[in-house]
Amino acid sequence: MSRRGVAFVLACVVAVVIGGAAIGLGRRNAAEAARPTAATAADLALDVATVRAGGYIAFRSTALGPTYGRLAVVPLAAPGGPRAVTSLECDRAYVTRAAGLCLSAARGAVTTYRATLLDAALSPRRGLPLAGIPSRARLSAAGTLAATTTFVGGHSYAQAGFSTATTVHSVAAGKDYGNLEDFAVIRAGKRYRSADLNIWGVTFGTGARFYATVGTKGRTYLAEGDLGARRLTTLRENAECPSLSPDGTRVAYKTRPDPAQPVWRLAVLDLATGVQTDLAETRNVDDQVEWLDDHRILYGLPAEGAATDVWVVPADGSGRPEILIPNAWSPSVVR
Amino acid sequence: MYISARPGVREIEVRPSSDTAPVIRGKVGPVVVLLGLTSLLTDVSSEMVVAVLPLFATVALGLSPTAYGAIEGLYQGTTAVVRLAGGFAGDRTGRPKTVAAVGYGLSAVCKLALVPVSGGAALAAVLAADRTGKGLRTAPRDAMIAASCDAALLGRAFGVHRAMDTAGALLGPLVAFAVLAAIPGAYSTIFGLSFAIALVGLAVLVFLTPGEGRPARVALEPVSASGVAALVVDPRLRRLLVATGLLSVLTVGDGFLYLALLHRSAIAATYFPLLLVGTACAYMVLSVPLGRVADRLGRPRVFVAGHLALGLAYLAAAGPPGGAIGLCACLLLLGAYYAATDGVLAAAAASLTPPQLRGSGIALAQTAVALGRLVAAVAFGLAWSRFGRDQALVGFAVLLLVVAPLAALLFRVPSQRSAAGR
Repeated sequence: MSRRGVAFVLACVVAVVIGGAAIGLGRRNAAEAARPTAATAADLALDVATVRAGGYIAFRSTALGPTYGRLAVVPLAAPGGPRAVTSLECDRAYVTRAAGLCLSAARGAVTTYRATLLDAALSPRRGLPLAGIPSRARLSAAGTLAATTTFVGGHSYAQAGFSTATTVHSVAAGKDYGNLEDFAVIRAGKRYRSADLNIWGVTFGTGARFYATVGTKGRTYLAEGDLGARRLTTLRENAECPSLSPDGTRVAYKTRPDPAQPVWRLAVLDLATGVQTDLAETRNVDDQVEWLDDHRILYGLPAEGAATDVWVVPADGSGRPEILIPNAWSPSVVR
Repeated sequence: MYISARPGVREIEVRPSSDTAPVIRGKVGPVVVLLGLTSLLTDVSSEMVVAVLPLFATVALGLSPTAYGAIEGLYQGTTAVVRLAGGFAGDRTGRPKTVAAVGYGLSAVCKLALVPVSGGAALAAVLAADRTGKGLRTAPRDAMIAASCDAALLGRAFGVHRAMDTAGALLGPLVAFAVLAAIPGAYSTIFGLSFAIALVGLAVLVFLTPGEGRPARVALEPVSASGVAALVVDPRLRRLLVATGLLSVLTVGDGFLYLALLHRSAIAATYFPLLLVGTACAYMVLSVPLGRVADRLGRPRVFVAGHLALGLAYLAAAGPPGGAIGLCACLLLLGAYYAATDGVLAAAAASLTPPQLRGSGIALAQTAVALGRLVAAVAFGLAWSRFGRDQALVGFAVLLLVVAPLAALLFRVPSQRSAAGR
């Protein structure tokens, strides 16, 4: 064999060794991750129905181990204690007393994404197709309206950059309001059109009213929407992923101190007075927040590795943030 | 002489003058197949990473889609400049294989560098380096393909290479998700495997592919920047660049097209990722036949016809909401567009460029496409906001269908003149 031939064979041997090592290490890590820990064993001992009987918080569990990524619940009274884990895997979830919504990826040769509607007992009822990577999920308080935001694109052949698709679905009527990008956007009293219009992060008010983010030309707006009139009216610039307080008087959202940087701070807007209050959390929060009650706000922050924690901070700018549920993500409060 | 007697081929003048060798039957050379194998393995390696990158970034790194989108946008513009540099470096040193190997090597190392990545900034840096490697290797590799075969067979040679390349792009995601299905969350395993596969691809290039040896080189003038500048002044290549740029300015990005299909059809919403697979399949299957057709009928013709197919794809996407048939037709037309333009353009540019400047010539043509598409993206965005999505698509389709024949004229005039001048 020629010297080049020998060199080629050697290179292939090196490649096989590296590939084999990658597979071996991957299997060992996966086996380790799947071994139940003391904490996950305790979690599995707790019954979901028992927790659901009272007020509770539903969330995505990010505790390492066999229950990673599954929908879990904790009693409102003891959020830091043991959790009850369902068998559902959700990348993003939202739960109300009447229904639930679980967004997940069906990994395969071609990964597809789906939204699963859950009944009051958190059992899957039916599926809705999703066009992209799950980003935000929201239900109206009565569980009759479902909103999903997905991130479309992110493939070498589809280079449209950042694009979201947000759709609203009526659970009861089985009616689809379609993609919110098809709604009329009113800015400064005039109909606004742009190809780069993106709508994301819906939060439902009462009736046909909702709030969402309108993004265009590198700017974001808090907008008030009307499902009946198929219209979105911008209220305020530099406000993303709104969340309406339980009493409906305030909206919490993330805002960029420097609009050019993707770094966000949390703030609360009083809808009646238009006064914005910055919250005591000073770290970068990229989440659609949830109200624990009328005075406190929940949000997720990354922790070590693939883990995340759910934090709580007062909604009036006072106090300081604390961890409410360790190893958790995407919380929703069921009162 | 017997070519003009062949039915369906009108006149010998429709071909570029350097392209008038009789059609030779036979197989493409080992260089084309080996470079195709390198590209296939490298594309398996890249696409298996690309396929899991959104999941890795959002699920494992916890980046928001917005931040990931920003990273994606960051490295899109970097390739054009690097591509010119790669083409020129290959010509200047007379060692296109070495330059290509550096490009392939850089991208291979990037796969390994992804393993310790734990944040957005590191991810952006690795992706930018990966793109740089891709930009660097493309033109010198295409110059090697061009140098390895008869000018009359260039279209087919590039067709074979692009078909193998696309086959790799189709296999990559399958490998990645087979790994993820067997070992959940094993992103590091995917990156490690991706590196190993890229390494084999690099070894095929470095150890098995004949390169460098260009016997005629000593007799040629040394390559300088002014030589490349003179290329642009050469009327035939300049017309090719102008026609290419003109057509590319009317080329809406695939992303926009897929989004239009998404709005149109429930099938598209459910199987959104399959749209990419469908296009790539059509591209792979049509690549060789259209390359052969280009060799027979003239590359400019097929290149222009490809843009007509693209115009029809826009009409299919903007038309009345169709079912599966309309969707498939659109993807088939889009795949045909790629098969009729990507390799064919490289073949046309190579045949219009002196051998010692081939890398630069090919890089110039590919840069004309990249710049044209950049303008197109902005123009289409404006048209979309002003007139609406479907109206903008129809507008671009009509413009393409009108401009393509004009571009064909632009291609034809010089070749007729040069043929007449003989």
